[in-house]
Amino acid sequence: MFKVFWERFKHNKLALSGLIVILVLTIQACFAPFIAPYNPTEQNIANRLSPPSGKHFLGTDELGRDVFSRIVYGTRISLSVGFVAVGVAVLIGTLLGLWAGFFGGWVDNLIMRLVDIMLCFPTFFLILMVIAFLSPNIFNIMLVIGLTSWSGLTRLIRGECLSMREREFIQAARLAGLKNNRIIFVHLLPNVFTPILVFATLGIGSAILTESALSFLGLGVQPPTPSWGNILTAGKDYIHTAWWLSFFPGLAILITVLAYNLLGEGLRDILDPKMGDKNG
Amino acid sequence: MEDLLEIKDLKKYFFLKKGLFSFNKETIKAVDNISFSIKKGEILGLVGESGSGKSTIAKLIVRLIYPQEGKIFFKKEEIGKFSREKLSKNVQMIFQDPFASLNPKLSIGTIIGEVVRVRNKISGEICSKGEVREEIKRILATVGLPINILSDYPHQFSGGQRQRIGIARALAMRPRLIIADEPVSSLDISIQAQIINLLLDLKEEFNLSFLFIAHDLNLVKYLSQRMLVMYKGKIVEEGLSEEIYRNPQNLYTQQLIESIPKIKYWL
Ligand SMILES: Nc1ncnc2c1ncn2[C@@H]1O[C@H](COP(=O)(O)OP(=O)(O)OP(=O)(O)O)[C@@H](O)[C@H]1O
Ligand SMILES: [Mg+2]
Repeated sequence: MFKVFWERFKHNKLALSGLIVILVLTIQACFAPFIAPYNPTEQNIANRLSPPSGKHFLGTDELGRDVFSRIVYGTRISLSVGFVAVGVAVLIGTLLGLWAGFFGGWVDNLIMRLVDIMLCFPTFFLILMVIAFLSPNIFNIMLVIGLTSWSGLTRLIRGECLSMREREFIQAARLAGLKNNRIIFVHLLPNVFTPILVFATLGIGSAILTESALSFLGLGVQPPTPSWGNILTAGKDYIHTAWWLSFFPGLAILITVLAYNLLGEGLRDILDPKMGDKNG
Repeated sequence: MEDLLEIKDLKKYFFLKKGLFSFNKETIKAVDNISFSIKKGEILGLVGESGSGKSTIAKLIVRLIYPQEGKIFFKKEEIGKFSREKLSKNVQMIFQDPFASLNPKLSIGTIIGEVVRVRNKISGEICSKGEVREEIKRILATVGLPINILSDYPHQFSGGQRQRIGIARALAMRPRLIIADEPVSSLDISIQAQIINLLLDLKEEFNLSFLFIAHDLNLVKYLSQRMLVMYKGKIVEEGLSEEIYRNPQNLYTQQLIESIPKIKYWL
């Protein structure tokens, strides 16, 4: 099974490059203190707004901090927001989707109305609203992004479960007198692994984008902690004089989101649901 | 002979919404006022064309769906009052499609083992992991499968082998009655014979009774002394298989017999 997957994956150049970028980013986040040449919050007013050079090869910001070091540390924020937010979304989305699809009836009705409500809210404004009430720290941001982005996954999994429920192996599981929880988590869950994986990969990209946007608006990670979004905010005041201040964090966001999207789309193509069935 | 299962005036209608508005309903009388009984130790045949309601009867008996009217008795007790455990322990089912009936993500050991554990729990036996494994191997051996396949997955097996795994799963519960819903109709002719003979052997060995559903009248004649013919949710003929085959009373049964291909069968 894994061999078949790897064979196909190897030939999907876009997905492969996405994966490589993601691995590099992950290493960068884990080993930030060793990779960053400077302390990301150390100021040096004498050396402010200096352009990219041998000493600061992505330049310095308005307080003389090293932009490269700040971006490297920002990777930690972006990736951890991405992972935790998606973790929360996957947990909620999967559980509700499994319940709706397995139980049907009023449970399904209730959950799907909830999904409709979530889908018809413009998510970003919902997040803005909630963050405006809570204090904007990284923990709240992870939670709020996660709590507002599970509905698509619920729909997907519900659909899969609805059709699976009529399959004979689920009927057989019922006849064997297995408990509902066992049927849901042992029989249904492994069969929806593919949509979960694809959703999670694409979701990390969009969560990172949301966090950057929030930080850019000053509602996300607060300075002096570096995040790609709040480096950009500082950069916009100097966009005519110090282009490197907004260009590089923007590039980092672009590359990261692109990498997750390429990997997600690639996984979707490779793990075609029809194939999942035949190859176990 | 004593009745094992008795069905009285069973009714199951499906209501389909037609068109955009729900007042336009179509009623499908899938099972329309049916009564019959299965005797201890017999293989009762149930034939009928596609859509005549055979699977619906099977699902009603094992309570995957519930009837609008009518009662089902197992050894004189009403099945409607059984707990799922009690019903599982007595009645099991073998399915038509050996590919859809096994979870592609679970190993053979898990598929059969979980049933063994449910049965142990019901009967209050406490079994170690090793004992469960031994039991799984014993069951695999009785259905003619190798005993070293516990960690293999369904896609590694052929249709016939998968059907044996499905039979093993049903046997793991040590039921009294097995509902076999077209268990061989998706298999090659040569494999069909093997599975049929396996079922006959198991019937003797474990003193089982069967409701054997098929659309192939020839097959049912070979397996069962008694059979029912269903047409559009009703039983149109009931009696000894030989007699029905030789002298069908009902027009529909005659058509069914005429439709059997005249080639020499494997039987
Ligand atoms: N859940 C359901 N909802 C609506 N109609 C149903 C449902 N289940 C079965 N039916 C209908 O009831 C009728 C009987 O179906 P059933 O599956 O019992 O037939 P069958 O004799 O088993 O046929 P086959 O030989 O094709 O398996 C059919 O017309 C079918 O379309
Ligand atoms: Mg059927």
